[in-house]
Amino acid sequence: MKAIGPVRKKIPKLPDVKKRAIKLSENVIKKTQKANRFFLAVGEINLFFWYTIKASFSRDFEFREFLRQCYLVGNKTLPLITITGVVIGLVLTIQARPVLAEFGAVSMLPGMVALSIIREMGPVVTALICAGKIGSGMGAELGSMKVTEQIDAMEVSSTNPIRFLVVPRVMAATLMIPILVLYADALGILGSWAGANIKGEVNFVLFISQAFSAVGFMDLFPAVIKTFFFGAAIGFIGCYKGFTAGRGTESVGKAANESVVVASLLVILIDLVAVQITDMLL
Amino acid sequence: MKSENKIASLAGSATLSPEQVIEIHNLKIGFGDLPVLKDFSVQLFEKENLVILGKSGSGKSVLIKCIVRLLNPDSGTINVLGENVNKLNDRDLAKLRMKIGFLFQSGALYDSMTIKENLEFPLKRIKKNLSQKEMDEKIEDTLENVGLSDTLHKMPSELSGGMRKRASLARTIVVDPMIMLYDEPTTGLDPVTSDEISSLINDVQKKYDTSSIIITHDIECARATADRMIMLKDGEVYLEGSLDEFEKSPDELIQSFFKPKKM
Ligand SMILES: Nc1ncnc2c1ncn2[C@@H]1O[C@H](COP(=O)(O)OP(=O)(O)OP(=O)(O)O)[C@@H](O)[C@H]1O
Ligand SMILES: [Mg+2]
Repeated sequence: MKAIGPVRKKIPKLPDVKKRAIKLSENVIKKTQKANRFFLAVGEINLFFWYTIKASFSRDFEFREFLRQCYLVGNKTLPLITITGVVIGLVLTIQARPVLAEFGAVSMLPGMVALSIIREMGPVVTALICAGKIGSGMGAELGSMKVTEQIDAMEVSSTNPIRFLVVPRVMAATLMIPILVLYADALGILGSWAGANIKGEVNFVLFISQAFSAVGFMDLFPAVIKTFFFGAAIGFIGCYKGFTAGRGTESVGKAANESVVVASLLVILIDLVAVQITDMLL
Repeated sequence: MKSENKIASLAGSATLSPEQVIEIHNLKIGFGDLPVLKDFSVQLFEKENLVILGKSGSGKSVLIKCIVRLLNPDSGTINVLGENVNKLNDRDLAKLRMKIGFLFQSGALYDSMTIKENLEFPLKRIKKNLSQKEMDEKIEDTLENVGLSDTLHKMPSELSGGMRKRASLARTIVVDPMIMLYDEPTTGLDPVTSDEISSLINDVQKKYDTSSIIITHDIECARATADRMIMLKDGEVYLEGSLDEFEKSPDELIQSFFKPKKM
């Protein structure tokens, strides 16, 4: 219990008011600076995007660098994607089976699993893995090149660093991620067959034909198209974050980290949009 | 020959006497609240070695980065070979940069490439008409000049700090630029290698008639190479003169650069 006394409104003393005003204006300035930085970043990312597009259509394409990047993208992610692909198929099958059995619809199992892998699980999971592995790799590599002035050195030897570094990486990601997704899809279906095999023998050919009879062109096509966008987004964000890294070494880690976060988020957002668009078309 | 004519014609078109290769007027640049160069003017003449002295953080690296437009100044003009660097479009800028060699203070070797590939990188892009064999020869020659002939197939990470510095010097001079900008070419090297690098700078200058700006703290290197010197302080030229004038200057700051270090 508080002692009852005269109610006294706390009237701030003058220096207090002054302090508060200063704090308020400081806050306003901070907020404006934040907003400014945001718009600057938006402008910067736009500019970077158009430079990349422009450089993609330039005459001398760095083909060797492109091949090297394709190899690196595949090489870095293949083991992880192999394991994930198989496990997704396996898990989906094992979990869906009892539910389907309840309705006496176990014969629908292959088709259902194949559909969910091809339409959603394969693309998104693969893209998220690539966002982690490739996005961070590109962010860190280009970030450290930026910090150690290697990008500047390229520029002064009259090489457009966007053409030499960014374009091959973005293109490699755009091309390789769809391939990796198809690979993950195939392994997922294989894993699903293995899962179905746990409870009684299932003929492989039968399983596959059942699976694919459920999958139509309009299931596969939009799913493949969106993976190109996933790839482009991952490559672009990784390169952008690396390219705009600050001056100290700690900004390399930051660039890698941010590219994973932003690329993963973009993958999910693109997926959302893609699902809406396919829904409208069907 | 061709390029010489070009300088002359370019110089004729601008208001520039022929022997001025770089002309900087009232250069001003800062980062945030920090002014780095305030009102900086300097010229570099043809076939001249200009040594720039200045304390750490005085803006020497910033200055030469402005010359190749890695940084954009807040105001002021920079003319290189008669062209206003800040008004060039991308293509012309790339052409101009081909004539300028830039040695980064940090070396900036491409660490995903071997030393040979590092030297090949600018060579392929700037001297497009060389055959592979000529290129290989040139690379080997240049590496030998900096005393690194046995590192051809090594990665930069396998070299020592001084070796990296020399490799990056090799990468800069391999394309025979008309203008050389050296950012501390001898820092971190032993006295013997430093002397070698200084005489290499002189050799390059004589052989290809290059004009150079040499940023250094190494007084021996300055003694060996300087035709003219300037001291940078507080964003302005503090003193300009010949080596002699610098050595005889009563100014304390200048003397602190010249007197031997106390043990
Ligand atoms: N890109 C940049 N962004 C922000 N500040 C910078 C940048 N580059 C240089 N500076 C600042 O400009 C000032 C001058 O830097 P500069 O690298 O030119 O020094 P310097 O004379 O070369 O010194 P040193 O002899 O140590 O190399 C420093 O205070 C530095 O912090
Ligand atoms: Mg410096």
